[in-house]
Amino acid sequence: MDAGRRKALKTGGGVTLATLLAAAGWLEPGSAHAQAGGWNKAAFDAKTLDEAVKAMGGGAATPSNAITFVSTPDIAENGAVVPIGVLSSIPNTRSIAILIEKNPSLLAASFDIPPGTEAVVSTRVKMGQSSMVYALVNADGKVHVASKEVKVTLGGCGG
Amino acid sequence: MADPMKIRATLVGDSTEVRVLMSHEMETGQRKDAAGKTVPAWFIQSVTATHNGKTVLSAQWGPAVAKNPFLSFKFKGGAKGDKVQITWTDNRGEKRTDEATIG
Amino acid sequence: MITMLRAALAATAVALGGMLASPATYAQAGSAADEIEKYRQALQDGNPAELWEARGEDLWKKPGGPKNASLERCDLGRGPGVVKGAYAELPKFFADAGRVMDLETRLVWCRVNLQGMTEADARRSPFGSPERKSDNEALTAWITSESKGVAMAVSLDHPKMREAYDVGRAIFFFRGGPHDFACSTCHSEDGKRIRLQDLPNLTVKSGAQRGYTTWPAYRVSQGELRTFQWRLNDCFRQQRFPEIEFGSPASIALTTFLAYNANGAPFAAPAIKR
Repeated sequence: MDAGRRKALKTGGGVTLATLLAAAGWLEPGSAHAQAGGWNKAAFDAKTLDEAVKAMGGGAATPSNAITFVSTPDIAENGAVVPIGVLSSIPNTRSIAILIEKNPSLLAASFDIPPGTEAVVSTRVKMGQSSMVYALVNADGKVHVASKEVKVTLGGCGG
Repeated sequence: MADPMKIRATLVGDSTEVRVLMSHEMETGQRKDAAGKTVPAWFIQSVTATHNGKTVLSAQWGPAVAKNPFLSFKFKGGAKGDKVQITWTDNRGEKRTDEATIG
Repeated sequence: MITMLRAALAATAVALGGMLASPATYAQAGSAADEIEKYRQALQDGNPAELWEARGEDLWKKPGGPKNASLERCDLGRGPGVVKGAYAELPKFFADAGRVMDLETRLVWCRVNLQGMTEADARRSPFGSPERKSDNEALTAWITSESKGVAMAVSLDHPKMREAYDVGRAIFFFRGGPHDFACSTCHSEDGKRIRLQDLPNLTVKSGAQRGYTTWPAYRVSQGELRTFQWRLNDCFRQQRFPEIEFGSPASIALTTFLAYNANGAPFAAPAIKR
């Protein structure tokens, strides 16, 4: 268990921005967002603050009200399938990433949005437990973030 | 070989709405089987959507994307009758491409 | 360098933490039940059952079995090859087989008689797993999807259907097993639930309609499409009854009882459930 991240969680009331950014793979030089093709292993592996800081190259993020969660429930009946939709009204949105704070790996999915494609994507993710969900948006080289708590219930038994 | 995707592409105003269902286990690599052995991770890592040869969306996924993945997105410039093509590649290198006609 | 970054990050973390803790983020949520309903609604758009439907249509049309024949001449009750609306009239008495059949037993019959499979092969592993996909589930998904929106219209005119209905009704109320349980223990009163699952009261029209017309369903907890035979099988397991055999007369009788009670309601499956 990583003491650094624990402490950060405790003091910050959430994961730190560095963790989020590193997890989204946007801070790492030569990330797959820069070079089309390969899968960004480092981004999907990021689990702790230390790892994140190591992977950092710079950048600052701002909480934004221009990012909204669409068709994303407050409570998911089953963590195996949790619908998450992200809509960004920030001009020149180039990519959108979905991160789940309490999952073994934070980054769930990352989408590149070429010009002409609307900045709205929906998918479904697995969540091991109730958690904050983060939507990161990269627009004009600046990073923006919004969050939403999704509670996961166990649902009924068996059938 | 993997089963075909189910792709719907619908023109709404000047925007093409694409909805995709893919057939894939999306194993996390954390689950154990009945014998106590870890089931190896097996998941779609990248998805690319093209319209008239131009990429309209590309995505990278981890194992946290749900089994039998769902994806929806919208792009401008599509016309009825055009083709939208989707390709996924998983961490075993398996690949699947399917297409749909914008309706 | 790293130290400087850490300081900058700490400051951002506080700002971010402040925003995340904002009560406005989630204080306005409705009741849990409303939120669960929103979750269920969100899943409706894009049901992976469609993947089973596509595979089932392919299986129906493609030649297969020892006779290398397709199932397109299979008579589901509305004439050979007629799939549209067929499920809404099942179970039904089939003169060629001399007995009442539900869809899943009829498919076994067609695979034996048209494709030349052995009875044992056609009945093997009707419920799939990630390792082994079930043809029964795929075919059932596609055929039932072709009855979407069609009003349930099961007829008891044939005496064998009336008999199946009566037997099914008796099974529904039959108490037994280590827990002295019956189907009716959970499904004959309004407002019962298991944790978050509302249990339909199958003894009243609206409950029977809601219960029956939403199977088969893609079960998100399993990532599989499950048929009505599976539903009965698992209900029996939960009651700690002996396993109800796939396609057995008892399973068809119970299906007949429940399907007839749902008459009049538009068929609404394959659905998606938790």
